[in-house]
Amino acid sequence: MKHINGSTKISVEGLNLYYGPKIALKEIGIRIPSNKVTALIGPSGCGKSTFLRTLNRMNDLIDGVRIDGDVHIDDVNIYDRSVDVVELRKRVGMIFQKSNPFPKSIYDNVAYGPRINGIRERARLDEIVESTLKRAAIWDEVKDDLRKSALALSGGQQQRLCIARALAVDPEVLLMDEPASALDPIATAKIEELIYELKENYTIVIVTHNMQQAARVSDHTAFFYMGELIEFGETKKIFTTPEKRQTEEYITGRFG
Amino acid sequence: MVVGLSALAAFLIIGVVALVMGTIVVGGKDTLTWEFLTMAPREGMTEGGIFPAIVGTALLVIIMSIAGVPVGTVTAIYLSEYASSRSVLARAIRFAVNTLAGVPAIVFGLFGLGFFVQFVGSGLDSLISGEGQLRWAQPNILWASLTMALLTLPVVIVSVEEAIKTVPQDLRAASLALGATKWQTIRKVVLPNSLTGILTGGILAVSRGAGEVAPILFTGAAYFLPHLPTSLSDQFMELGYHVYIMSTQSTNVDATTGIQYATTLVLLLLTFLLNFSAIFLRSRVRARQVQ
Repeated sequence: MKHINGSTKISVEGLNLYYGPKIALKEIGIRIPSNKVTALIGPSGCGKSTFLRTLNRMNDLIDGVRIDGDVHIDDVNIYDRSVDVVELRKRVGMIFQKSNPFPKSIYDNVAYGPRINGIRERARLDEIVESTLKRAAIWDEVKDDLRKSALALSGGQQQRLCIARALAVDPEVLLMDEPASALDPIATAKIEELIYELKENYTIVIVTHNMQQAARVSDHTAFFYMGELIEFGETKKIFTTPEKRQTEEYITGRFG
Repeated sequence: MVVGLSALAAFLIIGVVALVMGTIVVGGKDTLTWEFLTMAPREGMTEGGIFPAIVGTALLVIIMSIAGVPVGTVTAIYLSEYASSRSVLARAIRFAVNTLAGVPAIVFGLFGLGFFVQFVGSGLDSLISGEGQLRWAQPNILWASLTMALLTLPVVIVSVEEAIKTVPQDLRAASLALGATKWQTIRKVVLPNSLTGILTGGILAVSRGAGEVAPILFTGAAYFLPHLPTSLSDQFMELGYHVYIMSTQSTNVDATTGIQYATTLVLLLLTFLLNFSAIFLRSRVRARQVQ
């Protein structure tokens, strides 16, 4: 069990995940702290994205996935039978690698979550749309054409819109699966800046392939390799004085 | 050799189409007037127009769509969104759909007569029409439309399922990750994005239904009915059936040649128009898929 001081938001113990007969995550144990950015790094196929998806149970949607072990968010085991997956996903938002706005207007994209939660009053929706777009640092760019199709936005704007859409349901945790991998450096910088601002109010877990990005945005870093969590600690320490040889080799670019 | 043969085959096909179309246009163009489209038949159906048959055909396909498209859409949603690929029920449904698509139209007609007219109709009569009354246990536009809906169901199911599959998985994931239920995701993301496909399915079903005569032979089509149907228990005239009786049952087949050609022309134009709009809508769906 890798331990970090400070209050824990997500606590994972003995987590195994199987795709059919194949094991994809082995005995994962980690405590992800509140209101911090935790980066998950590792070579392709190491299980970091799969692990991210266990935190909002998106793996449930894949045929043949079996999970054992404990994942607690605020002392609730999210794999307990009494847990409502729909409620869980409202608390644990997700940003995908490829921005995936709905083919609707900017406004309707952000209002999607509140509407499925039964919010109908126009004034209330207006307020949520404005405040979340502001929090996602995209309000100034889109405030004059909220009725425009979200698909007309640039890639970076679409991704920030998707962040706004996730924020609109008021989650506590934000999972980000390589949110900037398809963006140019300027758009990437904006996303990173946003992540830095968001951690004040949200617990953020981000998967990234980009070492510099992990070093820039995260407080803690977890290194995954071949389905195992090799090392977890403060980002500064992981990137300067890692304990494990594999971590060091990966970070210095000797493989991966 | 091969090139020569395929050229010959192509020429043959195009030639046949041109010949058929040409004959029909030439034979029907003089009869096809505004009066022909807006008048009822007269003089033992040797004069007048085909207005009741046009309206009857329209009503038939409308009632058929109201019955068939929702059922087909729900089936397609079940098959593509809910059933796992290993599901026995889903496999049974697919097998049934394929079988249904291969059943000859006349068999649907006989089924409609036996099931809707004689079984459901008689049951309804003894329940609601009172002792000895005969209202629903005879051929009418409702039974004909329902029979036609069964015939066209596979077309709807296949088109809608294809359209649903073009909705990107990303969008479903986005919706579910926001805490939407599966049903909310289907209603608010999957269906709105498959609307053109559902429409295409409906149009293809309509164009298929408008062109079939066998299913309505025993279930509701009338030989001659100068007034329009006013209730679901009325019989109706229909274009395809009208061509059939004009050419085989008419009191004076020679006198009605023009009417036969013109009616066929109207039917063909209607079917072509519907097919072209379906092709147009489908190409728009495909374009999105490629994007």
